[in-house]
Amino acid sequence: MMQLIWNGLIVGSFYALVALGYSMVYGIIKLLNFAHGDIYMLGAFVGFFTLSAFGISNETSIPLLLVILLLSMVTTGLIGVGIERVAYRPLRRSPRLAVLITAIGVSFTLEYGVRQIFGPNPEAFPVRLESRGVDLLGMRITASQIVLVVIAAGLMLVLAHIVERTREGRAMRAIALDPQAAQLMGVNVNRVISTVFFIGSSLAGAAGVMAGAYYGSIDFLMGFVIGLKAFTAAVIGGIGNLYGAMLGGVLLGMLESFGSAWFGGEWRDVFAFAFLILFLTFKPTGLLGARVVERM
Amino acid sequence: MSALEVRDADVYYGRVHALRRLSFDVGEGEIVCLLGNNGAGKSTTMNMLSGLVRPRSGSATWNGMDLTTAKPWNIVADGLIHVPEGRRIFSTMTVHENLLLGGYTVRDKRVVGERLDRVYETMPRLAERRRQQGGTLSGGEQQMVAIGRAIVGGPRLLLLDEPSMGLAPLVVKQVMEIIAAVNAQGTTVLLVEQNARAALKIAHRAYVVETGAVTLSGTAAELARDPRVVEAYLGA
Repeated sequence: MMQLIWNGLIVGSFYALVALGYSMVYGIIKLLNFAHGDIYMLGAFVGFFTLSAFGISNETSIPLLLVILLLSMVTTGLIGVGIERVAYRPLRRSPRLAVLITAIGVSFTLEYGVRQIFGPNPEAFPVRLESRGVDLLGMRITASQIVLVVIAAGLMLVLAHIVERTREGRAMRAIALDPQAAQLMGVNVNRVISTVFFIGSSLAGAAGVMAGAYYGSIDFLMGFVIGLKAFTAAVIGGIGNLYGAMLGGVLLGMLESFGSAWFGGEWRDVFAFAFLILFLTFKPTGLLGARVVERM
Repeated sequence: MSALEVRDADVYYGRVHALRRLSFDVGEGEIVCLLGNNGAGKSTTMNMLSGLVRPRSGSATWNGMDLTTAKPWNIVADGLIHVPEGRRIFSTMTVHENLLLGGYTVRDKRVVGERLDRVYETMPRLAERRRQQGGTLSGGEQQMVAIGRAIVGGPRLLLLDEPSMGLAPLVVKQVMEIIAAVNAQGTTVLLVEQNARAALKIAHRAYVVETGAVTLSGTAAELARDPRVVEAYLGA
């Protein structure tokens, strides 16, 4: 039981990190960025590429993992900014469907671009998590698992601080509410949108590296399902809402963990997407979405 | 010398010719009012000055800055601040956060703090409601937030688009008093109003705008007596 919670928490923190970017981008430009899951995949491959270039394999060093994590975050952040600049910004005034289709195109480009470079077969991620651990309250916990969860939580805290307390974060929330009014405050809207893409993409990249180390293998389609899962998490929490994405991610991780334990692992995805459909049907604003009080 | 000079500005929305060779001036320290009906081009004029729409031809300069090419955020940073029609308060953010956003371009936090204090001092209603969401305020309070937000930005020229819209007469009077007070402290004001009676009370000069062009101009006192203005905008 406790083990299921712990496993759910780990996987859930990956979902949460990816869902945050999904939700932030949706919040600020109302785009469902279907290429976002592939940024997660890119994060894993940036880590794989760098480590392989240095001839590293089968390492279990945590500091090394942190260095790679940081490097992947910066790289995927910049890639995210580039994608917005090239693919989405020119379509800012176009119908939403056009941008959505473009996002799917970007997703394919990233997936099959990586396939072209690294081939279709799964690769072993060079940094692994050590399997030695301690038994605690009936859970088997390893040090590196704790590191993953702490990093994920730390990243979320930093993000929450940026969005809630800083000038840039206020500008992000202002754009989400009324881009033109934000511009009248002197906000350079395009620059702030780029910042959001950087942050969102780097969080997804971080999750990709962490997942590479956690599962041990990576492939060019690994972002597809997690993209959908992160979307599900964002919807459960209330899309556009930061804490919603975190809550939704962890909740979805738990649901899957318990779902596969009770009904068998093959039902895991069915479980997740059934919840997506339930939420979209009965509570499309999610758990924390749309608490808007307005009076004119 | 005029602080703001608009000469022969032409603005189009697609095929719609919204401003037709519009020209006017605002002098340093003045309150100038643009009067006119819906669709006369008053808001378009404001949007052109703050860089949201660009004229096809003509010029708009402010203290040497070419407003037809300047980036909107540089215009704001330079002290030309636009309070838009309908206030456009960030509805789910608190009053305090709304005011802080007004100081987005101000790098010095101490300056922002001082201006915030001044806003709360001159509009104590906002101080009472500083933790409340902007969208829950009354129309008059929202207008105060909108003006307060602009003050935190440190305006040298304040553009106000229909500040009296939808407000009760007593509240209109309060808002106009706030505007006159801001002007008295040295801020130049360009005011767009349909409520000519209220606007002409505080304005020094005014222009009447019809279908995108100036048709009449003069001091506020002259226009308030002009039979054409009285008939069209003041109601005999």
